[in-house]
Amino acid sequence: MAELATRTLPLAGAHGGSAGVRLTPAAPAERLSLRARAEDVAALSQSLGLDLPTKPKTSASASGRTALWLGPDEWLVIAEGAGSSSSDLKAACASSGVLHSAVDVSHRNTAILVEGPGSAAAINAGCPQDLSLKSFPVGACTRTIFGKVEIVLLRTGEESFRVEVWRSFSDYAFGLLAEGARDAVL
Amino acid sequence: MSASVKNVGAFRIKGAGRLTPARTARFTFDGKSYTAMEGDTVASALLAHGVHLVGRSFKYHRPRGILTAGPEEPNALLDVSRDAARRQPNVRATVQEVFDGAKISSQNRWPSLSFDVGAVNNLFSPFFAAGFYYKTFMWPRQAWTKVYEPFIRRAAGLGVAPTEEDPDRYANRFAHCDVLIAGAGVAGLTAALSAASTGAEVILVDEQPEVGGALHFDTSTTIDGQDGYDWAQDTAAKLRAMPNVRVLTRTTAFGYYNHGFLGLAERVSDHLDRPGRDVPRERLWQVRAKRVIIATGSIERHMVFANNDRPGIMLASAVRTFLNHYGVAVGRNVGVYTAHDSAYEAAFDLKRAGVHIAAIVDCRDRPGEAVLAEARALGIDVLTGHSVTDTAGRLRIRSMTVARNGNFDIRKIEVDSLIVSAGWTPSVHLFSQSRGKLRWDEANRRFLPDTYAQDCVSVGGCNGTDDVAEAIDEAIAAGGGRVAVHGESRFNWTGGMIGAAEGAGPDTTVKAFIDFQHDVTAKDIRLAVREGMHSIEHIKRFTTNGMASDQGKLSNMHGLAIAAEMLDRPIPQVGLTTFRAPYTPVTYGTLVAHSRGELFDPARKTPMHELEAAEGAAFEDVGNWKRAWYFPRRGEDMATAVNRECRTVRDVAGVFDASTLGKIEVVGPDAAQFLNLLYTNAWDTLQPGKCRYGIMTREDGFIYDDGVVGRLAEDRFYVTTTTGGAPRVLHHMEDYLQTEFPHLRVWLTSTTEQWAVIAVQGPKAREIIRPFVEGVDISNETFPHMSVAECEVMGVPARLFRMSFTGELGFEVNVPADYGPTVWKAIWERTKGMGGCLYGTEAMHVLRAEKGYIIVGQDTDGTVTPDDAGLGWAVSKKKTDFVGIRGLKRPDLMREGRKQLVGLVTNRPSDVLEEGAQIVADPNQPKPMTMLGHVTSAYWSENCGRSIAMALVAGGRARIGQTLYVPMKDRTIAVEVTDTVFFDKDGGRIHG
Repeated sequence: MAELATRTLPLAGAHGGSAGVRLTPAAPAERLSLRARAEDVAALSQSLGLDLPTKPKTSASASGRTALWLGPDEWLVIAEGAGSSSSDLKAACASSGVLHSAVDVSHRNTAILVEGPGSAAAINAGCPQDLSLKSFPVGACTRTIFGKVEIVLLRTGEESFRVEVWRSFSDYAFGLLAEGARDAVL
Repeated sequence: MSASVKNVGAFRIKGAGRLTPARTARFTFDGKSYTAMEGDTVASALLAHGVHLVGRSFKYHRPRGILTAGPEEPNALLDVSRDAARRQPNVRATVQEVFDGAKISSQNRWPSLSFDVGAVNNLFSPFFAAGFYYKTFMWPRQAWTKVYEPFIRRAAGLGVAPTEEDPDRYANRFAHCDVLIAGAGVAGLTAALSAASTGAEVILVDEQPEVGGALHFDTSTTIDGQDGYDWAQDTAAKLRAMPNVRVLTRTTAFGYYNHGFLGLAERVSDHLDRPGRDVPRERLWQVRAKRVIIATGSIERHMVFANNDRPGIMLASAVRTFLNHYGVAVGRNVGVYTAHDSAYEAAFDLKRAGVHIAAIVDCRDRPGEAVLAEARALGIDVLTGHSVTDTAGRLRIRSMTVARNGNFDIRKIEVDSLIVSAGWTPSVHLFSQSRGKLRWDEANRRFLPDTYAQDCVSVGGCNGTDDVAEAIDEAIAAGGGRVAVHGESRFNWTGGMIGAAEGAGPDTTVKAFIDFQHDVTAKDIRLAVREGMHSIEHIKRFTTNGMASDQGKLSNMHGLAIAAEMLDRPIPQVGLTTFRAPYTPVTYGTLVAHSRGELFDPARKTPMHELEAAEGAAFEDVGNWKRAWYFPRRGEDMATAVNRECRTVRDVAGVFDASTLGKIEVVGPDAAQFLNLLYTNAWDTLQPGKCRYGIMTREDGFIYDDGVVGRLAEDRFYVTTTTGGAPRVLHHMEDYLQTEFPHLRVWLTSTTEQWAVIAVQGPKAREIIRPFVEGVDISNETFPHMSVAECEVMGVPARLFRMSFTGELGFEVNVPADYGPTVWKAIWERTKGMGGCLYGTEAMHVLRAEKGYIIVGQDTDGTVTPDDAGLGWAVSKKKTDFVGIRGLKRPDLMREGRKQLVGLVTNRPSDVLEEGAQIVADPNQPKPMTMLGHVTSAYWSENCGRSIAMALVAGGRARIGQTLYVPMKDRTIAVEVTDTVFFDKDGGRIHG
């Protein structure tokens, strides 16, 4: 075999942001679209090493893995850091022995980190959700719209968010975030 | 703004107003240069220089001045420009703040404002009566497109749209709050204090540059012992300092929609001399409010009398605003014509500022004692029981004609300005937009909020609460907090009149204007009623009363009263027209906000897009996707490139980017059963490691989508859809799963973007990919046509399909998307070395047509069954159920003679048919001809050496061998009906 394939990231070289908002393409991460019935959540939680959240708009994190509640039977599981791979995540789910669907979506999504005092305002340039800390506290997540595209939004800190977006929509999402960031300073 | 002291206008009154003379700005109006003070509107700056004539009316081109001091201004619509590209027509002079260097022009006049040829319409006004357009342009019919429509289009609309692209930025912001308060007058500010004290998130909005509302003009109000206006500014500062309050000035709440959703337009930088590059011009706020407090106050009405529209005739509140806020006197010899005490206050303020008051003409016999006493004390003549029956003056009012009511003795009084007031109309626009129902307050002749449709409350003037102390109590209660605010005012809002005044009654033909903007007079309303318009909605449309930006602010009540009088019905029975958003005009830029240029719509690009672009690809739009269309080499046009690509794929091999095809992973123990129900084919018989072409029908039996489905494992399928069909097919499947088959243990996940898909098609395809693939033997024996395997390609986990949309030996290499570019590059390098090519969607279309493969949406149109498309073999005969099984059994879908997909070859091989062209059996049949069907796909096929086409033709398969005809504009093309396979009829190549 000739050579090994290497990765080309969808937002390679993207830059934007303002005095109040920093926009950074996130490092590659492993992602799983996990589907399971309520009775199997406990077993899967144990295998994954985190409690799969069961309340809308919540997430759970443990040892580099984050599970985002997207629906009554649907989670987006993200594993960050070089040590993990999607096959690890898939294998962990498989080891639970319970019925589920685990589909690798590591490359389907990419992520943009939005940080700074104007981060919520920048996202609100295109996202109609209430991002006040009261309604959307740290750890809250939602599958929502951002301008004309769908995103999964996770609040990672009081002034920081992770925007998960399908790769072909990431140019648009980054561009609109950059516009929002310019306006969020004012 | 420059700091030097300049001539800021001869009509500035020393010591009056709130503007500081420290900073000034230069602007031009119709080419003449003027100096304004910081904080001036265009209106106040022009009036300071004695300029009243600012425009020409829409229909009659009558000279018009500044009527109001606010957003309800119907006359003073100007063209304001910052530079060549930043020019906006129809800007209200009373709203636009002066910035340094503004170039301002009047509109609707030629050759000049003071001499306007169009004013001839005024002389011919008997011909321009209400309903003129409807009557005049009905006949003859042929004249409509050539004469009438161009004429109406030229005449319609004020101002001239800018021609250059708008260089400004516009922003959008979504926001949420507990309480949104519209209007920051006494009531709004108090409500904000009250709501904020509870800890609620509050947004307070006001359309003016500063808060205060009526306190801009009414100097009689004191709150908590402080001057009202000063209290308002202090209160705003206090509110701004609170973390739970956002105060937005220069912001109009223009629309109140469902579920507490409001649109706000914030004018961020229109008032700045030199806005920064990052500053948007305007910002759209889309606010979801739990509760709304409407504190929009009232709008003053004008008097309806003959020639009430001359420049210099102004509302009392406007006159007071110009004096008390901007320090400008509207004239030197001012008259008053009123039906309401509030106009007296304007006269008193002017008199105290040293302006001569010619007379106060009051149509009432008994005005309030207090105002009469004060007028006497100030030495102002008051004529009670009198009316102004006419005015004179060409470009500005020169005199008013006054008569005792019911008496014909008239006298002329010289004036240079005339203050008018017929009383106050509660501004119920937002309340009505929220779908609230109004009630008629007979005692005070006004409509007031009655039944609420949403969680909102009206307070103060817009609720008919005229007493300031009561309004404050109401506002505190609405805010839900405990605050103490004490206000006193001697301003009287109650009373006045609606309808035509003395001398403009039904027995007259004078021009007494109701809607200044549309030149609608009292006479027009009466004419509309006489001509049978008995509904207020019909009257509005017949006369254009209250249309466009007025939205009933000034014209509504007068028009209604006159109509009610003519109809001899009480006003509530005549009813009100609908109040529509926007309350005041909103620019397109604000509504579009960020959605322009590259952010107008997402451009979806595959992982290999940049590499393909570097290879010279031309791209075509497929939905939001950019797909490589063809790869022209130097000197090639599209046809040459496509011909070369088609030939090379069949001779050697070609590489094609198929990443955009929809992909859905179907996982679960019942996956096969689910697919059995969604597709016409049978899936339980498909072995893992194999693929099958599947057809999906809707309940009605018509083809919905198609694609290849691979079985990766017992419980895992990889479904592909058309590029455009990906989202709707997933929704269709999810819909059935959740509503019809919820018992099935299966889940659907979109993986379209997870995989970069590189198709290699052609006799050398296997040889090309072999060195990159590990973990599967891709020989023909172990990996035949329609196989699938999970393996490694260039060291990364991959899914390899053996399938073909060209009829050639073909593979589709799926690698995780980030790896797409390097894998594509390696495969392409090797392909190139072997004499292969890159090919795009156009060649793909030709190659599949050569094999008779359909494209859903091109060769089908939502009325085509699998059998119609020649795909009856894909419908399982054994299955007892699938979506569409009943539909397919409908008699119409089973009858003989349905349109069927067939091939067409032209008698002259070089003739390429037009897609969409109709097909007939007898080209000499007189029109209308019997049309048998239409051409769905047509191409030049380089591989066949001739044109090929597919068509849907009635009873098509039975016509194979017949000659049919395709009549075109200039000739008729004879075609022979064939089957749909034009190349490699026995299909051997695919198994190579």
